[in-house]
Amino acid sequence: MSGPSLGTRLAARGIDGTTLLVLPGIAVMVALFVYPFLYGIVDSLTPKEGVWYSNYTRFFSDRFQYGTIAATLWLALPVTILNMALALPIAFRVRLMNRQRLLTTILVLPVTLGTVFVADGLLTFLGPQGWFNRTLILVGILDAPVKLTNNYWGVFASLLITGFPFAFLLTLSYVTGIDPAIEQAAATLGAKPRQRFMRVFLPLLVPGLAVTFCLSFVQAFAVFPSAVLLGAPAGATRVISIAAYQAAFEQYDHSMGTAIAIIMGVVELVIVVAVLGLRSFFYRGPAGGTKG
Amino acid sequence: MIRDQGIGSKLWRFAVWALAGLFVLNLLAVIAAVLVNSFATRWLGTWLPAGWTTRWYFDAWREFQLSNVVLVTFQIVFTVVLISGIVGVVTAYALARRDFPGKRAVILLFLLPLLIPPLTYGIPLATVLYQVGLGGSFWGVVFINVVPSLPFVILVMIPFIEQIDPRIEAAARVFGAGTGSLFLRILLPLLLPGMLAALLLVLVRTIAMFELTFLVAGPTTQTLVVSLYYAVFASGVRAGQSIDAMAVIYMVTTLFWLVLALQFVSPTQIVARAKQQQAA
Repeated sequence: MSGPSLGTRLAARGIDGTTLLVLPGIAVMVALFVYPFLYGIVDSLTPKEGVWYSNYTRFFSDRFQYGTIAATLWLALPVTILNMALALPIAFRVRLMNRQRLLTTILVLPVTLGTVFVADGLLTFLGPQGWFNRTLILVGILDAPVKLTNNYWGVFASLLITGFPFAFLLTLSYVTGIDPAIEQAAATLGAKPRQRFMRVFLPLLVPGLAVTFCLSFVQAFAVFPSAVLLGAPAGATRVISIAAYQAAFEQYDHSMGTAIAIIMGVVELVIVVAVLGLRSFFYRGPAGGTKG
Repeated sequence: MIRDQGIGSKLWRFAVWALAGLFVLNLLAVIAAVLVNSFATRWLGTWLPAGWTTRWYFDAWREFQLSNVVLVTFQIVFTVVLISGIVGVVTAYALARRDFPGKRAVILLFLLPLLIPPLTYGIPLATVLYQVGLGGSFWGVVFINVVPSLPFVILVMIPFIEQIDPRIEAAARVFGAGTGSLFLRILLPLLLPGMLAALLLVLVRTIAMFELTFLVAGPTTQTLVVSLYYAVFASGVRAGQSIDAMAVIYMVTTLFWLVLALQFVSPTQIVARAKQQQAA
């Protein structure tokens, strides 16, 4: 009994010459991502001294080390929530604008210039003699300059400047994906603005907002250069990436550095998975107005 | 479009625009502060500097050895773009055209580097690179930058390739096109706009990629953004204006490619990965 040839049977399952084109990409990722990652896990479990898990016990028994998790979350969560809270109403206004391009182009600047440039600019701008303090004194809100650099607020400002445009542009792309006819239908049926937002838009937007939250949070959680340049890297803004970097490249203990890096990834993934899990309780379906 | 006329709506609208305006104002002021300082002779305790000069640019160019740094930056960035472009488009083509067992796992593999913090995979990868002797070398920096760039190209290209009708390729086959000429004369011209957009976006992102480059860059393989970080980190050693002049040089190199990229993509796509194309 002779069936179809092996090639035909494989092709029926979607494997043929074209499918093999995926191999170079996989090879690169295995070599540069999967292998180093597995190597890192093993490396973190073979510490310089002590039992196999001693890197992790060292991290969680030293307040200077495990405190960095709280310091990072204390920066990343408020900033992400504030960015989202600002991005949503502004995206709703901008969606009605005819000339969005100028605004979106300006807002894409900090995203592309990156945190190092923004940190450099903020050091001048927020400094005691900078324009920010001067303006507030001129307007009469302040009597004397406030210290906004080399502390928590400097890092907060840098995450706001780079994070808000990111959250805004993502939100805008989701908001403009909703058919305006849906809103018009709701308005025709007598829904007030608040009702239209709460009962029509918000349910449609929740999946997109969850993704936006996650991507913004990932960026804020990975804060590194601005926490060093604008913050107090030995104090309030000693974030977990600084701890990982110092262990690996200043104390030359790559085993410990990798352990901290893995803890960092786990903490972040726990929050991302939790947010994406909550998303599944909400409506997921087409946001277009046409019949599906 | 619906316009609400109540006083509450008007106030709300005003508040939202005021917030947006305030943000844009502060953002532009941050950039302007760098620009103004880089041209300042002396700027202490006043609204504007005492005088203007361009000498900091010559100082910065010499002190930070920028001709070398800029050259290295472009060599690294273009190599990254080339590698992730070729491998990425080929992989994206397979993922867009075929359904095969394990495809979801493969896509997850390409999504992961964009979801976990760069340092989490950067530190183990840097350790491996140092152990095989690539730490501080040109290829070390290139390899570590390919990790986020390749998935980015793939995720931008998949929806773009999906919208090209496969029947066009079938028709070319019917008329006797071989694989080579099918690729060169049918696919490449159709893919070119999407490829250009994806590659320019990768270019801009790689120039600004700090965390990963920082981990493996040696003295001769520093890119602009890493040099800028070291300069700001050690500020006080050099004049602040000199550092800001370097920041402006960095900004100009980034913005040049950004402006070019914006000819092909809308700003929202820089973060939102080709959503509009999918809808079209």
